[in-house]
Amino acid sequence: MSRYVLRRILLAIPLLIGISALLFILMQKVPGGPLAVYGNNPHMHAADRARLIHAMGLDQPLHIQYIRWLISAVKGDLGHSLFTGRPVLAMIAERTPNTLMLMGLSTVLSLILGLALGIFSAVRPYSKFDYVATTGSFLGYSLPTFWFGIMLMMVFAARLHWLPAGGMHSLGQEDNWLDGLPYMILPITVLSIVSIASWSRFMRSSMMEVLRADFIRTARAKGLSEKVVIGSHALRNALIPVVTVVMMAMPSLFGGAVMTETIFSWPGIGRLFYDSLGKSDYPVMMGILLISATLVVVFNLLADVLYSVVDPRIRLD
Amino acid sequence: MATMNPAIARPSDDLAPPESRWRSVSRRFLKHRLAVTGLVVLILLAVGVYLGPFVSPYAFDANDLAHAGDWHLTVRHWLGTDELGRDVLTRLLYAGRISFTVGLAVAGLSVLVGTLIGAFAGFFGGWVDSVSMRLVDVIQSVPLLMLLMVLVAFLGHDIRIIVLVIALTSWTGVARLVRGEILSLKGQEFIEAARSVGVGSFGQIFRHLIPNSLAPVFVSATLGVADAITLESALSFLGVGIQPPIPSWGNLLTDAQQYLIMTPWLAFYPGLMIFLTVASINFVGDGLRDALDPKLKQ
Repeated sequence: MSRYVLRRILLAIPLLIGISALLFILMQKVPGGPLAVYGNNPHMHAADRARLIHAMGLDQPLHIQYIRWLISAVKGDLGHSLFTGRPVLAMIAERTPNTLMLMGLSTVLSLILGLALGIFSAVRPYSKFDYVATTGSFLGYSLPTFWFGIMLMMVFAARLHWLPAGGMHSLGQEDNWLDGLPYMILPITVLSIVSIASWSRFMRSSMMEVLRADFIRTARAKGLSEKVVIGSHALRNALIPVVTVVMMAMPSLFGGAVMTETIFSWPGIGRLFYDSLGKSDYPVMMGILLISATLVVVFNLLADVLYSVVDPRIRLD
Repeated sequence: MATMNPAIARPSDDLAPPESRWRSVSRRFLKHRLAVTGLVVLILLAVGVYLGPFVSPYAFDANDLAHAGDWHLTVRHWLGTDELGRDVLTRLLYAGRISFTVGLAVAGLSVLVGTLIGAFAGFFGGWVDSVSMRLVDVIQSVPLLMLLMVLVAFLGHDIRIIVLVIALTSWTGVARLVRGEILSLKGQEFIEAARSVGVGSFGQIFRHLIPNSLAPVFVSATLGVADAITLESALSFLGVGIQPPIPSWGNLLTDAQQYLIMTPWLAFYPGLMIFLTVASINFVGDGLRDALDPKLKQ
């Protein structure tokens, strides 16, 4: 077991190096280079520019620059925002709780509803309920989130005035969590619709596969009640692949909601990314991408390890 | 049986000729009601967006200022006009042509790249396999929409660049799929037979392996069109995709956002078009999956 884990960790390291190299190369392609922000500054003389280039190490060969950048990134120094001058890591840290709250709530909600829908569909396949749920999940999955968000905003905020159109709190109510509740309803609805659709489809196919297995027939043949067969025998096995997929979805808790946060002006990571793009604040964007990608790698690793724990047949290779 | 000359075989009632693959696939597809509905909607949309702009009396950027901002459905302008007096229906169809073209181009390109890389990785194994699969891992680790936003911001908003950038990030799924198919086909007898009569590596890959792994690729190419359309419209909506005055469903929605209270329909139509298109493609893809691989369906 520990050898398997060790091997997976060792495989993740080159992957992380590959990702950081990709992002580093991307950063080199910033139009005008890292000093582009000074391009229109009339007080910036050629000599100052040359001095800055030297001071920032931009005259070094590319691989030296990359190694230096990687070392400071590992130490937690992701550079400074070109716009506010603040450390990128601090700016990201400040937005993280907002995104985690939004994504966490919608993930829990959509998992509960999605898994329940999927289980009910699989238990009675090709019934009316299954038909409606399957068709509905296809439609939900096809819904463009930005359009759905705007439509909800138009109806419930602009027309009916039931809910606020965007933001996270009323002015001056930043510490009152009760005040924040209505602000969460629309973004969470938008985020959940698509996830409920995909969770229910996944759960349905996983459950149906298990229900066809021989051990389910054995359990039924033993005379166990349908409740026990489905509730404990089938469900426990059908949840194994779901656990992995849930783990793999975890990184999106951090940065997965660019679109929803942008539409509803939710001050999270996604909105920070969108705003940074508008201001050409590349260090912030790269920081967010680097952290997101690292989380993906780490959680994929955790998912693999967890899978080998819950299903020992997998561990062999 | 398959090579029997029908003139000699004289098929009788008790000895019907075996159903051709194409016939059995289309029979199973036609049984899938939602997929057929999706296909019909899709054909109507395609005809509309490719022919509509030619039929329409208005250019996509022509202003009819006397009727500007009139979103009532009239004989003159079937879906009304926008704030600059441009015909909404014409713009929707013109935008749709761009979305359809982007979707098809991206799917074609990414299937081509994905199939080639996946086939080589699966066939040759070794370092070819490791390098290409690690590349797949790297691309799949970075959040897709954010990566696309950065790439397009750096490289420009030209439609060809948008196609290229989306294709470059979406071939990975097909590559994994084809690699898996090739790995499982590689050991089968017909490949061994091909090798034993001296068919070279490229002959094995292009004549025997790829043609035999195309069924799932076909499904994933179909779904890929839907994904590409969603991504393009998302980028355009965020202002980093197709740029006005050229309309796309995404940027029409961005423009309409300013007039949500006065002319809500302006925002309703483009999203509805995306939704209809993407949902239809997804239903067709599902129907194709069931039709091409009946084993998957219980």
